[in-house]
Amino acid sequence: MPLAFAALVLLGGGLGLALLWIGELEGFAAGGIFFVHVPVALSAYALLVWGAWKALRLLWTRDERYDLESYTGIHVGLIFALLTLVTGSIWARAEWGVWWDWRDRQLVTFLILFLFYSAYFMLRYSLEQGPARARISAVYALFGVVLIPVSFLAVRLAEQFLHRTPLIRAGRPDIEGTVLGVFGVCFAGALALAASMYAIELAGKRLDARLQEAR
Amino acid sequence: MTYLRDAAALARKDLLLELRGKETVPAMVLFVVAVFVAFRFALPQGQERAAGGLLWVAIVLTALLGLVRAFVPEREQGVLDALVLAPCDRSAIWLGKVLSVLAFLLIAEAAALPLFALFFEPVDAATVAAVLLANVGLSAIGALLAAMAVAGRAREVLLPLMFLPLAVPVVIGGVGATVTDDPARYLGFLALYDGIFAILAWATFEYVVTE
Repeated sequence: MPLAFAALVLLGGGLGLALLWIGELEGFAAGGIFFVHVPVALSAYALLVWGAWKALRLLWTRDERYDLESYTGIHVGLIFALLTLVTGSIWARAEWGVWWDWRDRQLVTFLILFLFYSAYFMLRYSLEQGPARARISAVYALFGVVLIPVSFLAVRLAEQFLHRTPLIRAGRPDIEGTVLGVFGVCFAGALALAASMYAIELAGKRLDARLQEAR
Repeated sequence: MTYLRDAAALARKDLLLELRGKETVPAMVLFVVAVFVAFRFALPQGQERAAGGLLWVAIVLTALLGLVRAFVPEREQGVLDALVLAPCDRSAIWLGKVLSVLAFLLIAEAAALPLFALFFEPVDAATVAAVLLANVGLSAIGALLAAMAVAGRAREVLLPLMFLPLAVPVVIGGVGATVTDDPARYLGFLALYDGIFAILAWATFEYVVTE
C-alpha cells in the first residue's frame, strides 16, 4: 500500500510540475507526454528484465516460487509495454501528426517485444501446470530479454534501407536542469507504480495458487 | 566426440524418416513456390524492387512450415522421453534437430533460390551468404521453440506466434544484405544473431525437455 501511495504522489506531483512549467518547456516533448511515455517505457524494460532474472533464478535453483515471480514480472511488464505503445502513439500524433510512424525506433522495438511477450501467455496457458511449465516459461522469458537489445539493434540497422532519416524526438538528447528533475520524479513514480502493481498482482497470483492447492 | 556422434545419429534418424515418409521437404518446396506465385500478384507494376524483401518473408515462412512438425513424431511416439533418459547430453537432441532442420531448409532453398532468380531478379553472392547465415539462426531458435510448442496443447498455433517476432531481426538482416550496397554489416549482424541465440538455445534446451 505505501508503494501505491508513493506512486500516486510522485506521478501526480511530477505531472503537475510538468504541466506547471510547460510554458518554460516550450517546444519540448509535445505537451508533457514525454513525462509519461519515457518513464513508462523504462519501467517496462525494468519489469521484463526482472521477470527474466527471476526466470534465471528458477532454472538455477529449481525453486518453484520464482515461477510466479517471473510470471508476474512479465505480466505487469506487458501491461507497461502496451501503455508504452499507447502513449508513444499519442506522442507521435502530437509531434508529427500521425498515430504511427515506422521511423520511431523505440516504438517499433516495443511492438516486436509486445508480440513476443504476448505469445508467452499463450504458451503458459497451453501447458499443464507443474515444473515443466515453470521451466519452459522461464526459458522463454530469457529469450525475451535477449531479444530486447537484438531487436533494438535490428531496428536501427533497418533504418539504412527503409528511410535515411531516423526520427529523433525533440528534447531527448539535451535533458537538463529542471526538466531532468521533473523527469526524475515521474520516473520514480512510474517505477513505484510498477512495483506496487507487481506486488498486488503477485499477492493475487499466490492466493490463487494456494486456493487451487486447497481444492 | 561422442557428443557430436550422438547429434549426428539423431539427425541421421530424422533424415532417414524423411527419406521414407517424405512428409516435410516436398511440402516445403511446394509451399515456397506457391508463396512466390502469390507474391508476384502482390507486386503491382513499379513495385518489383520489393521482391528482395519478399524472398525473406518466403524463407522465414518456409522454415516455419518445416518446424511445425519437427518434434511431432518424437512426441506422438513417446520417443522424446526415451531420448531424455538416454545416456547422452540433452543438448545433443537439440543439435541433432538443428542439423536435420538445417538440411531440410537447405534442400528447399536449393529449389527456391534458382526459381526466385527465374521469376523475379538475379540472386547475388551476398544474398546466398545471408541465406546460409540466416538458416543457422532460424534452425537454432526453431528447434528450441518447436520443442516448447509440442509440449503444449495448441502446438500448431503457438509456434508461429513465438517464432515470427523472434525471426524479425533475421528478416531485417537478410533484407539489408539483399537490397543495400553494403551487405557486410548485415551479414555481421546475422552472424551475431546466430551466435547469441544458438548459445542460448543450446544452453537452455535441457530445461525444455526434462520432466
